[in-house]
Amino acid sequence: MNTVWFLLLFVSVIVSLINGRLEELTKSFFEGAKAAVEISLFLGGIISLWLGITKIIEESGLIYRLARAFQPLICALFKKIPANHPAITSITLNFLANFFGLGNAATPLGIKAMQDLQTLNNDKETLTFEMMLFIVINTASIQLIPFSVIGILSDFGSPKASLIVGPTILSTFISAILAIGILFLFRRVLK
Amino acid sequence: MNIVHFISQLIIPIFIFLIVSYAFFKKVKVYDCFVNGAKEGINVTLRIFPYVLAIFVAVKAFQASGAFSWGQEIFRGICNFFNLPFEIISISLIKPLSGSAALGVFTDIVKNTGPDSLASRIAAVIMGSAETTFYVLAIYLGAVGIKKTRYLIPVCVIADLMGVILAIIIVKLFFYN
Repeated sequence: MNTVWFLLLFVSVIVSLINGRLEELTKSFFEGAKAAVEISLFLGGIISLWLGITKIIEESGLIYRLARAFQPLICALFKKIPANHPAITSITLNFLANFFGLGNAATPLGIKAMQDLQTLNNDKETLTFEMMLFIVINTASIQLIPFSVIGILSDFGSPKASLIVGPTILSTFISAILAIGILFLFRRVLK
Repeated sequence: MNIVHFISQLIIPIFIFLIVSYAFFKKVKVYDCFVNGAKEGINVTLRIFPYVLAIFVAVKAFQASGAFSWGQEIFRGICNFFNLPFEIISISLIKPLSGSAALGVFTDIVKNTGPDSLASRIAAVIMGSAETTFYVLAIYLGAVGIKKTRYLIPVCVIADLMGVILAIIIVKLFFYN
């Protein structure tokens, strides 16, 4: 992330020097800071909401039922998660939220999943393979129906905007599988 | 389409309803329990705030500098070579960085080229199958304080690139074959 962040800022400053957009650049720093506060306030609300709900899932014992139902699937992918670990439930809930396009629920549940995965981590500053796999699946964004996209297409007069669903599902699934494949390839090559 | 939309609206209410009623009949103190869980949310939010700030400032600066139009110029040659609309470059460059900006770019593409153009269709598939990668990375890594990311970033970047190529291939096969 150090390289990514450096590159973004480095390119921004150089390019705006050449483009003569230094004023816009300066303004953008403060706009960025403002947007971060707004997003964080919003995130704070929904993270608390979903952490409250997951607490109820834990206390009621529902967590064991969910974990048992999805354990075979999750443990087949994430080899190092022991049986009945809370990470199984949080990963399951995050995947379901992504699947149904519930972005607002997916992020808080994903954070919970990362924290649960972190409890299995011996070196707290270094990513485990399970965490990488979880993040890669999340950034591949397996989603069934892209509502906002269909909305825009039909707003501008596409007669059959929902035609886009088929290619999108196909593309999202293949790209998720490709992404997982690339991750496993990196592991094999770098070992 | 309406039925699907209706079902998608039902998911969260039903999910919460089922969980809370199940817990209530299991004699869990649902209210106290919810508040207890929600309390942790503030800590999590405070912990990820600096990471969100860092990524937002960098992305906004990048947008403001006009670097995106440079990026488009660089890739324009490649697009012409493969006979592809160059609009898809802007959507693939912005999608990993900012969700709201990507939605804006997508709307522009649809407005300018029509909803059934090749550019709109490819952009629509990219919108649906790609994620705001760097935002997700910043939040998820920040939430647990990870510093050493090993080979995660290159994997994500390569995966995003493959996703774009895949979207182009699939749209071509689906609509123009």
